Amino acid sequence: MIRDITLGQYYNADSVIHRLDPRIKIIASLLYIVELFVVDSFIGFFYATAALGLVIALSKVPLSFIFRGMKALLIILIFTFVINLFMIDGTIIFKLWIFTISKEGLYAALFMTFRLVLLITGTSLLTLTTKPISLTDGLERLLYPLSKLKVPTHEIAMMMTIALRFIPTLLEETDKIIKAQQARGADFESGNLINRAKNLIPIIVPLFVSAFRIAHDLAMAMEARCYKGGEGRTRLHPMKYGKRDLVAYVLVFAFLASIILLRIFI
Amino acid sequence: MENSIIKIENLIYEYVKQEVLDDGSTVEKVKRALNGISLDIEKGSFLAVVGQNGSGKSTLAKNINGLLLPTRGKITVKGVELADDERIWDIRQNVAMVFQNPDNQLVASIVEDDVAFGPENLGVPSEVIRQRVDDALKLVGMYEMRNKAPHLLSGGQKQRIAIAGALAMDPDIIVFDEPTAMLDPKGRKEVMAIINKLHEEGKTIILITHFMEEAVQADRVVILKKGSGILLDGSPKEVFCQSETLRDVDLTPPLAVELGDRLRARGMDIPQDITRIEELVEYLCQLK
Ligand SMILES: Nc1ncnc2c1ncn2[C@@H]1O[C@H](COP(=O)(O)OP(=O)(O)OP(=O)(O)O)[C@@H](O)[C@H]1O
Ligand SMILES: [Mg+2]
Repeated sequence: MIRDITLGQYYNADSVIHRLDPRIKIIASLLYIVELFVVDSFIGFFYATAALGLVIALSKVPLSFIFRGMKALLIILIFTFVINLFMIDGTIIFKLWIFTISKEGLYAALFMTFRLVLLITGTSLLTLTTKPISLTDGLERLLYPLSKLKVPTHEIAMMMTIALRFIPTLLEETDKIIKAQQARGADFESGNLINRAKNLIPIIVPLFVSAFRIAHDLAMAMEARCYKGGEGRTRLHPMKYGKRDLVAYVLVFAFLASIILLRIFI
Repeated sequence: MENSIIKIENLIYEYVKQEVLDDGSTVEKVKRALNGISLDIEKGSFLAVVGQNGSGKSTLAKNINGLLLPTRGKITVKGVELADDERIWDIRQNVAMVFQNPDNQLVASIVEDDVAFGPENLGVPSEVIRQRVDDALKLVGMYEMRNKAPHLLSGGQKQRIAIAGALAMDPDIIVFDEPTAMLDPKGRKEVMAIINKLHEEGKTIILITHFMEEAVQADRVVILKKGSGILLDGSPKEVFCQSETLRDVDLTPPLAVELGDRLRARGMDIPQDITRIEELVEYLCQLK
């Protein structure tokens, strides 16, 4: 039941996008977020959508797979749309009882929702086409300059790797504890909010105990496998930029320039 | 023994715990888990370690590869003494460990990345890691699963990944600490088959187990007793025929020994040295 939840899911396929270096994909995703906030015209949005559409087509990830992830965020999208629609003052184009819709509000609502959809799609494409371990590896390499300032970049990346690995394990553990407590007559489904929150204590306490036990076991296992921090480690999949990645960098920055020009001239 | 790969001399290990009293002062509580163990382990041998809960089996295993350091006594692995701080990584590379819980020893969220974890830590070049990962996965029969997420595999499969991870470090000695305790009978059989195969390939195996049926497959069995060190040490036949001593420390002898004892009590003439069920079957069949 609970293990069906997938987080930051990866879609296994063999495409140009999958084969790109994780670093370029992380940078492109970050730039894309910035670009979405630079864009302020419908033309710009269509341009940004077209660009994303092209990347999706190249990635071979089916659209249905991408939109499945969107469903969970539908409420946020609707909320954003409605708030913007009714809350922004300006030239009124529609009025019913206390609800008024202004021209500016309609624009803002459309822009904001559009932006969010593109933002979610763009960033989920990163996790859909990059294995978790490459993602954390890429991040480690990108953050490397910070390690000169004593920022523990390797440790941060290792923590993320382990977190990703143990999310399913901890979910399973939670499931087990819930079932064990239910078998002892615990009731998690009725009562008011405060009572329900109180009822969670018999889940949370054993879960913490398990988490500490797992952490202890894992630390022991990692030490037994000669883990001694990031220094002197080699990788099974070493990161190396190829021609493909250089082309991608050129395209990504050309796109950034065109978005800025669009903003200035239109 | 001239062919010995691990030499343990009078090993004593004490766990020290700080305890805070009611008045705020702290006292050190000392718990002696190993009390004077001496063992010589031959290169390429298969040693089974058996004992009750709390008899110190895991503590012994952790001492052998430097996860814990002896309180007193001396351990040498391939001639290197374990107190040697600089050589500790060499020793851990040489003495790989597989633990009981298959879930809590896998680090990465993709099978092959997990197997690569050990050699990556050792700074092995990428191409060599690739080779070792593929070889190890093929040996445990999990090569086809190399791109899967460990949490989608069965317990037995996860344990095989853990064994592959240990193998990828290219060790001479592998210590298994109750590797089958959390598995179903099928997973248990798979793991035992791999352990036997590794032994045949010349690895030195130390298997800690609660299952006597697994221990009889070893060349040598050591029985630990809580608080007093080694109780019995010898070939499975020598050790398991002493069923009375075994029962004294709450261990159940293997099925064949148990059955042999009862048949003997009924007046049948069963040799003392039958420890495996197949031998017993064979013997009983030729009686007629
Ligand atoms: N971290 C620790 N701190 C304090 N005491 C410990 C610790 N780990 C083990 N002990 C104690 O040391 C003794 C030996 O423990 P050990 O885990 O080695 O036994 P074992 O033979 O492996 O048992 P099991 O069959 O349950 O795995 C036990 O009495 C145990 O309570
Ligand atoms: Mg133990």
